[in-house]
Amino acid sequence: MKLVLTFLLGSLILAVIQTAHAQDESLSVPQSVEAGSAFSIQDAGSGEGTLYIVGPGQALRRTVQLGTSVYFPAGSICNAGRYVVILAQAGGTMNRSFDVTPVMAPASLSFLAKPSRLPVGLHDGITGAVYVFDVYHNLIATPTLISFELSSPSGAVQKQLVSTRAGAAWTEMDSTTEEGKSKFVARAGDVSSTSIIRQVPGDPCDLKIGAQPSGGELDLQTAPVRDCSGNPVPDGTIVTFTETYPGGQSTVDVPIKRDIAEVKMPAHDGATITAASGVVLGNQIRWGK
Amino acid sequence: MKKGGYLALSLAVATVVLIVIGCVWPVAAAKPFIIKKSLITSSSTPEEAVQNLGQDIEAHDWQKAYESFANKNQFTEQEFELDLTGYTTNLRTYSMLDHFSIWPLHASENKADIRLELDWATVVGTDVDTRNLEVVRSGDHWNVVWPFTKQSTVPPQVIPVNYLRWDVIYRGAGDDWGAQDVDAPRVRIVDMHPVQRADGVLVMGELLNDDVVPAYVSVTATLQAKDKSPIATEGSFDEISHVLLPKQVTPFLIQFPDAQLSEVDSINMKPFAILVPASADPVIEIDNQKFNPAPNASLSGQLVNQSGQVVNVAHVIGTLYDKTGQLVWVADQYVDSALLPQTPVAFNIPIPEDIAKNVSSERTVVATFSFGGAL
Repeated sequence: MKLVLTFLLGSLILAVIQTAHAQDESLSVPQSVEAGSAFSIQDAGSGEGTLYIVGPGQALRRTVQLGTSVYFPAGSICNAGRYVVILAQAGGTMNRSFDVTPVMAPASLSFLAKPSRLPVGLHDGITGAVYVFDVYHNLIATPTLISFELSSPSGAVQKQLVSTRAGAAWTEMDSTTEEGKSKFVARAGDVSSTSIIRQVPGDPCDLKIGAQPSGGELDLQTAPVRDCSGNPVPDGTIVTFTETYPGGQSTVDVPIKRDIAEVKMPAHDGATITAASGVVLGNQIRWGK
Repeated sequence: MKKGGYLALSLAVATVVLIVIGCVWPVAAAKPFIIKKSLITSSSTPEEAVQNLGQDIEAHDWQKAYESFANKNQFTEQEFELDLTGYTTNLRTYSMLDHFSIWPLHASENKADIRLELDWATVVGTDVDTRNLEVVRSGDHWNVVWPFTKQSTVPPQVIPVNYLRWDVIYRGAGDDWGAQDVDAPRVRIVDMHPVQRADGVLVMGELLNDDVVPAYVSVTATLQAKDKSPIATEGSFDEISHVLLPKQVTPFLIQFPDAQLSEVDSINMKPFAILVPASADPVIEIDNQKFNPAPNASLSGQLVNQSGQVVNVAHVIGTLYDKTGQLVWVADQYVDSALLPQTPVAFNIPIPEDIAKNVSSERTVVATFSFGGAL
């Protein structure tokens, strides 16, 4: 009895699978469709049914007259990916699948430029990575030529052409010897994205101080503070003045204003005055006897 | 009596018992709110006179304290109050007197010298104010001669300040995930030295802002055992100057209570920095900075505010080095009075005697805070 029942059930399943296969062959879908473009699906059967199209982040449902072509106008499906087509009718269901591919023309770029700020004269210090998207924000996985351009404040341009791989392209560039804001542009066809990279002066180079008597005090002042490429060190950079004299010491952290750091300190005979900025030491002067 | 009645009665009894216990043995936090009655009211000895003064100050009874002075014709009651709490808003303004101690120094028939130590509880810990008092006999009682400190004032004037300031615009919430943001400042530890002390391990060092923008900084250290397992992690908390301008260096001190340096194989240091809006002012000069060797070793000096802005709280952090330039100690102190423009304020940071003998040079930085101002 058990054997008979198993045989009957197995035969029934095989029959249903065979029927489904036969019906699948009558459902005609395109192999691939470009996102946003019009397409049609055809069924060779008769009667009425319901057509479902299910894909990434999107599902469509249509009541269809079997045996006719079902037309989907442009913009019906926008998200790239694999879609499943299911036709439900009185005799059962049938399904097929097709791919929706991104539009080939780039419409937007996601451009990651790092860092936002770096010292001048750094080899491979700037990195840029680009992801290319179509008008529907689908990642374009097919190779696309990207142009990276880094313009220094003086107008000099570094340019590199890189082809995307799996939708992304990246590059490395040197910071220039000139401080200022540089424009870093990534371009694919007519589409571009711009980031600003601030190239900042390096450590102060050849820090020099001078002293002038001013009443009972000393007027201490640095020469214009510049880095080793000749760029002025930014205002606000701290210069530490230290005055050492018999029996004591005076120190003060002074921010650079308009290229120089300036401070008044007590005048002590025999004092030694030094200046430092970060780990850079300046000259040393002696005051009085 | 019903069950509810017993419950109500027992609750009432318990409440009364708890109130009595709270009044007789109050917890430390409740002490400032208790209206105190002087335990000693007579001033028949110099010690009693100073004890009464301490109790009056503790109870903020300025009038009673003022009335007890032998030299009250030299200053007003308000000036006496401001002498203790500060003329300009400072660390002491919002503090309470936690306790006081007295030490008789010298006594004769009509005059005595007594040291009064006032321990104020402030938001950054205990601030000790020591006054040497002269007490004089007046008939059958004694009166304190209050050592009034005349507060220096700054004449009304306009001080032009051509100050620098950094403001930051971060990436907006609506920007694309790939949109560029401003990077955190680059900072680096330029010196680090662990030492074993009786109460644990101390990790000292110096941190440099290597960038061209201001940074809010802190440092975290993790002690690791030989098998690389973490023993403890601690941060620098307030023993660091948190706002660093470009190329500025701050010392830091991290404490690991009860840790043993012999069990430590390595120390993992993590400096932390974020970009913050900041001002380059005020500029504070540290004048007459001096290391005073043992006995009573200390780092002393004067702070001079070279800007026009009043500094309400100043935090002095000193770094001490041996003759090879190796960092040997980091010590700090909050100054309990405001820094008025061009008005020197003294500081004196005690240094442990065993460390003092190795000190050859020193460096001091000042972190400041002004009420109502930005960083």
